[in-house]
Amino acid sequence: MKAPAFDYVRATTVAEVCALLAEHGPDARILAGGQSLLPAMNLRLASPSVLIDIGRISGLDAIEMRGDRLRIGALVRHQTVLRDGLVARHVPLLTEALRHVAHPAIRARGTIGGNLAHADPASELPACMVALQAVMLADSPRGTRRIAAEYFFTGLFQTALAPDEMLTAVDIPLTGGSWFFEEIARRSGDYAIVGLAALGSRLAFFSVGDRPVLRQAGEALALDPPDDLQATAAMRVHLAGVLRDRALLALGGRI
Amino acid sequence: MKIALTVNGEAVRAEVEPRLHLGDFLREHLSLTGTHLGCEHGVCGACTIRIDGALARACLVLAVQADGCRVETIEGLSDSGEIADLQKAFHERNALQCGYCTPGMLIAAQDLLLRESNPDRETIREHLSGNYCRCTGYHAIVDAIVTTANGRSG
Repeated sequence: MKAPAFDYVRATTVAEVCALLAEHGPDARILAGGQSLLPAMNLRLASPSVLIDIGRISGLDAIEMRGDRLRIGALVRHQTVLRDGLVARHVPLLTEALRHVAHPAIRARGTIGGNLAHADPASELPACMVALQAVMLADSPRGTRRIAAEYFFTGLFQTALAPDEMLTAVDIPLTGGSWFFEEIARRSGDYAIVGLAALGSRLAFFSVGDRPVLRQAGEALALDPPDDLQATAAMRVHLAGVLRDRALLALGGRI
Repeated sequence: MKIALTVNGEAVRAEVEPRLHLGDFLREHLSLTGTHLGCEHGVCGACTIRIDGALARACLVLAVQADGCRVETIEGLSDSGEIADLQKAFHERNALQCGYCTPGMLIAAQDLLLRESNPDRETIREHLSGNYCRCTGYHAIVDAIVTTANGRSG
């Protein structure tokens, strides 16, 4: 259970990261908090030849109001967001969701940008960003590209990021509205069997496909979730319906 | 790669391979074997330590990432007396059997007690949810933490 050998580079600027990504191609991976990448490497599910450590890049660890949006830097840690007053006041859905992300020691290291760029379909945050209509900011030598969350997650651990792009922040619009978050997991902190993050009529399910699945309230769920050791596809379909009903009750009193 | 960090208050310099995780560095290079390695993929919590005052899994941090950081292990927390009351409560309440999870349990429990002076049992269980104990059933561990919290606030 030890990671294979790799080269390690500590980047000091975003431009340097983009240049390193361009130079090393798909053999390179960005290391932020490391709470998903390092377990994958210890299990030898991932074996990048170069790790680009972005942990010391300054200016990416702020949570700030930008007009009608809340911007969260890529290197802000889960625990910081969970305890942040601005987030609790303006995006309570996110605060609630973060209580379900892993455990305190993982939340103390793992970063928001790392979580989103990892694009694990069982993770809470990608679904939250889809429900919240958040926008991802991706930097490259060509400038900063803004990518809507709905189009950012493109498949299993896949995102719309170009090979030399780096996720630097996420912008969350402060639209207000009623929200709902619930996940069903065997134990606290485990990956969800099925989960739902909802804002208004936008229902974003997670752990039911290869990426967050967005449905409008009232729309048929028509899900095609995976079978795995945690649950059968039929069980996931059933549980997604249960969460949908709970959400609709909580949000509008109607099913 | 050369690294320089502080471990339990002492300056440490070393040359390490990038692939070496902090748990192995503490155990193999510094002989600080109180940091236990269970699963080595962040699930069991046996390797819980503190980095710059925050909880961390030693198996999910590279030694090179800890360059310039302040690392504290169970040896440091024990020697300083910071958790003497918690250790005494664990002993008196039989909150350990084989002891493998205990260093991680103590550090995670102390992290909670530093932020909340009187956590309820549910809060304690939630905070320890990432620390597995296969012996005790957790009840006695929660008892010991409640006892410690009462003692500190009383």
